[in-house]
Amino acid sequence: MTCDEARILLHALLDNELDAGHAREVEAHIAGCPGCAAELAAQREMQRVLADTNLRYTAPASLRARIEASLPEPQRQPSRRSVLRGFAMGSAVSALAATGIVAIVLRQDDQQRILSEVVSAHLRSLQAGHLTDVISTDQHTVKPWFNGKLDVAPPVIDLTAQGFTLVGGRLDYIDARAIGAVVYKRRQHVINLFVSQTSSTEHRPPKTQTMQGFNCRRWGERGLNFWAVSDIGADELAEFVDKFETAMKANVEG
Amino acid sequence: MPPTSDDPDKARRFREAALPHLDDVYTLARYLLRDASDAEDAVQECYLRALKHFDSYRGPAMKPWLFAILRNVCNAEYARRAHRPSALEDTPGAAEQTPIWQESEASPETEVLRSRDAGAIRKLIEALAEPFKETFVLREINNLSYREIAETVGAPIGTVMSRLARARALLRAAWTAEEEQAK
Ligand SMILES: [Zn+2]
Repeated sequence: MTCDEARILLHALLDNELDAGHAREVEAHIAGCPGCAAELAAQREMQRVLADTNLRYTAPASLRARIEASLPEPQRQPSRRSVLRGFAMGSAVSALAATGIVAIVLRQDDQQRILSEVVSAHLRSLQAGHLTDVISTDQHTVKPWFNGKLDVAPPVIDLTAQGFTLVGGRLDYIDARAIGAVVYKRRQHVINLFVSQTSSTEHRPPKTQTMQGFNCRRWGERGLNFWAVSDIGADELAEFVDKFETAMKANVEG
Repeated sequence: MPPTSDDPDKARRFREAALPHLDDVYTLARYLLRDASDAEDAVQECYLRALKHFDSYRGPAMKPWLFAILRNVCNAEYARRAHRPSALEDTPGAAEQTPIWQESEASPETEVLRSRDAGAIRKLIEALAEPFKETFVLREINNLSYREIAETVGAPIGTVMSRLARARALLRAAWTAEEEQAK
C-alpha cells in the first residue's frame, strides 16, 4: 500500500467503514510508516474536538411553521362556514337567523379567518426582502411614510428603550384591504404589529391566541384594531403590548 | 395555499417521516448556502418538492433522500446567484490541486488542535470548497454512512472517500493556519 492510498483509507478506518481485511492492511502500513501514523493521530484528534463541538443548527420555529402550513391538514375539520352551508341546505337556516346564532357564528368564523390572514401576512413578511417597505429605527421617518398610503396612518412608537427595536414599516393586505404593519424586533425575533381602522370605538382588552406556532395578541383601542404577531413567547408578546399601550397613552395625553 | 385535494393520510405519513429530519436538512442548507434566510427558503422548497414526490418515494432512507432533494434546490440557488462561484456540480479548481496532505515541520505535540468555540469552527467548515464541504458535512455533522453519502451526491464510494480525505486535510490545514496566526 502506498502512502497516497493510506492517507485516504485511514479516514475509512477512523469512520469504521473498512472491512476487516482492508482495515488490517491499513493498520499494517501505519505501523511501519511514521508519517501516516502521525496523520492518523492528528485526524483522530480533530475528529475528537469536532465531536465535542455543537456544529448543528436548529431550524427556526417560524420555518417549521411555514412548512407545517404548506402541508394539507391531517384531519380536516369541517369549518364553521361549511357547517353553515350544510344548514343552508335545510329549512333550519331561517330559524337560526331569527335567533341571531348565524350572526354570532359568522363573526367568530370571520375572526378566525382574519387571524389566519394576519399570521399568513406575518409569514410572508419573514421571507427575504419582504419585511419592510421603509427601513428606519426613527419613528419620525416611519410615521410620515404611511401618510397618504392609508386612510388612517398607524401609530408608530419607538420602543427601543423598552427592549423592542423599531425596524420599519410596511403596507400589507388583510381581509382584502390595505393595512399598515409596523415592524419591531426583539433580539432576532420579528414582531409585526398590524393596525386597521374599525367603526367601533369601544375598548377591547388584549387577548392572545396561537396559530401555526405563532402567538397573536389582538386588541381594540380608539377606533383601531391591533394584531401583534411573533414567534416570541406569549408573556414577552404581552409585555410588548403593555409597553406599546402605555407609550400610546402617554403620546395621546402628552 | 395548501393543496386541498391531497390525501390527508399521505400528509400525515409525510409529516411523520420527513419533519423529524428538519434540523438535519436545515443544518446542511446552512453550510451549503452560508446564509440563514436563503437556507430557510431552500429547506421550505425542499419539503414542498419532497411532498410532491412522496408518492413515488421508495427509499433510500428518508434522510439521504431529503438531502438529495435539498442539494438540487441549492444548486438552483447557486445558479441564481450567478455572481457567486462554486456551484456544487462545478469541478473545483485550486482546491482539487491541493495535495491531500502536506508534511508538516512541526512535531505532533505542537500540532494538537486547541478547542475552539463552535462559531469559529463552523466558519472554517463553511469556507471549505465544494464538493469537499458537502461530503464533510454529510459525514461529520449529519452522520451519513459512506454508502448513503454516495447515494445522496450520486458519486461512487471511492470518490466519496477521496473527497472526505481531502475535506479533512483542508479543514485541518485551515485550522492550524489560523492558530499559527493567532500566536
Ligand atoms: Zn505512509
